[in-house]
Amino acid sequence: MYKITIEDKVYACQPEETVLDTLLRENVAIPYACKKGTCHSCMVRSIDIAPPAIAQAGLKDTLKKRKHFLACQCYPEQDMTIRLPDQSEFYTDGTVVVNEMLNRNTLLLVIAFKDALEFNAGQFVNLQRPDGLTRSYSIANIPQASNTLEFHIRRLPNGKFSNWLHDEIKAGDSIAVSEPRGHCFYLPERHEQGLLLVGTGTGLAPLAGILTDALSHGHSGPIYLFHGSREVEDLYRIEELRQLARQHPNFHYIPCLSGELVPDGFTQGRTHEVALAAFADLKGWRVFFCGHPDMVNQMKRMAFLKGAASKDIYADAFVISPN
Amino acid sequence: MNKTLYERIGGEPAVNAAVDIFYRKVLLDPRINHFFENVDMEKQAAKQKAFLTMAFGGPHSYSGEDMRKGHAHLVKMGLNDSHFDAVVENLGSTLSELSVPQELIAEVVTICESTRNDVLGK
Repeated sequence: MYKITIEDKVYACQPEETVLDTLLRENVAIPYACKKGTCHSCMVRSIDIAPPAIAQAGLKDTLKKRKHFLACQCYPEQDMTIRLPDQSEFYTDGTVVVNEMLNRNTLLLVIAFKDALEFNAGQFVNLQRPDGLTRSYSIANIPQASNTLEFHIRRLPNGKFSNWLHDEIKAGDSIAVSEPRGHCFYLPERHEQGLLLVGTGTGLAPLAGILTDALSHGHSGPIYLFHGSREVEDLYRIEELRQLARQHPNFHYIPCLSGELVPDGFTQGRTHEVALAAFADLKGWRVFFCGHPDMVNQMKRMAFLKGAASKDIYADAFVISPN
Repeated sequence: MNKTLYERIGGEPAVNAAVDIFYRKVLLDPRINHFFENVDMEKQAAKQKAFLTMAFGGPHSYSGEDMRKGHAHLVKMGLNDSHFDAVVENLGSTLSELSVPQELIAEVVTICESTRNDVLGK
């Protein structure tokens, strides 16, 4: 009989019981539906041991790496400590070390932590204001010796949280940051595979992290980054990315503008349409889409129809919280 | 001892090889792709895999009742025999493309047919 620990509670998993059976018997509130490993409703995460392989069958590689598993398919093989999807998160306080503007409406925020952080570039965390207001932001850097996390914060009209970060937070202030979540990130394998990165606005944040990660792992296949907005003033890091493309012959940067004014060196059009038009076929490519939900959903479908395997499609749709 | 259809067709690797090809055909088929307009692609891929596993005679525990409940909202949207036929046709052509012998495809079609009334809520 193995023990399942959730926060400070311990449940005994009876022989022949799955983790889901145990939790339901103990009246723990956990979402579930099919109990057959199909609907993925009961996906939870182990925070200590690697879950049994059979409980991870059919999950995306990046979810497996983060030790997610299906509670309905998991017959424990040892004691486990797990986290439920809606469980209250563990927050750590960090200190703001950089806050400067990347363009007219996007703030670069770098937060430093006392201890090392375990995350993958491209994941997101929740930032929390002292009054409890919470928003998700993507991590834009790879793990670093300085124990810092980098974020790109776009100021939204009437955005309570983004306006607070833009107007009130200064270097030296403390901010509560959750553990990393999400499964849109780079795995260092198949180095010769083509990578297509498409993002709008601060969709560049996770993509910049993924790009840095891939290059630092010596990814040798072609890497295309399409980053777009309406006006050139809403893009950022343009020169840095052009410089990076000069240094890495396999990296190609295509800044896109959907507005009417398109200076030399920029491509006119909506980002995802420009990206799709550039590829007749995405068979064998690994693709990452971040930003506006409509763009992300369209790209997922179109990339799949153009031949990308479903296991190679990673996406992070930025859903804006209603005020 | 005779091998099961699932073993003869190639088991889980065969499901994995077929699922993307099959789902791509379904999404491109104007007769049926409107049923998939707003579904989450990732969740749908897992469901397609479960469906193929069942159609290949593999391990599954779907009851007729599950089939009815799972498709009831689509029946309300007008799901009928012609749509069911289109799905079976896409599955058949997927398997032909993967060089699965015709007699095995016929067995897969028979399994699909056994679910027709439940899927269509008849």
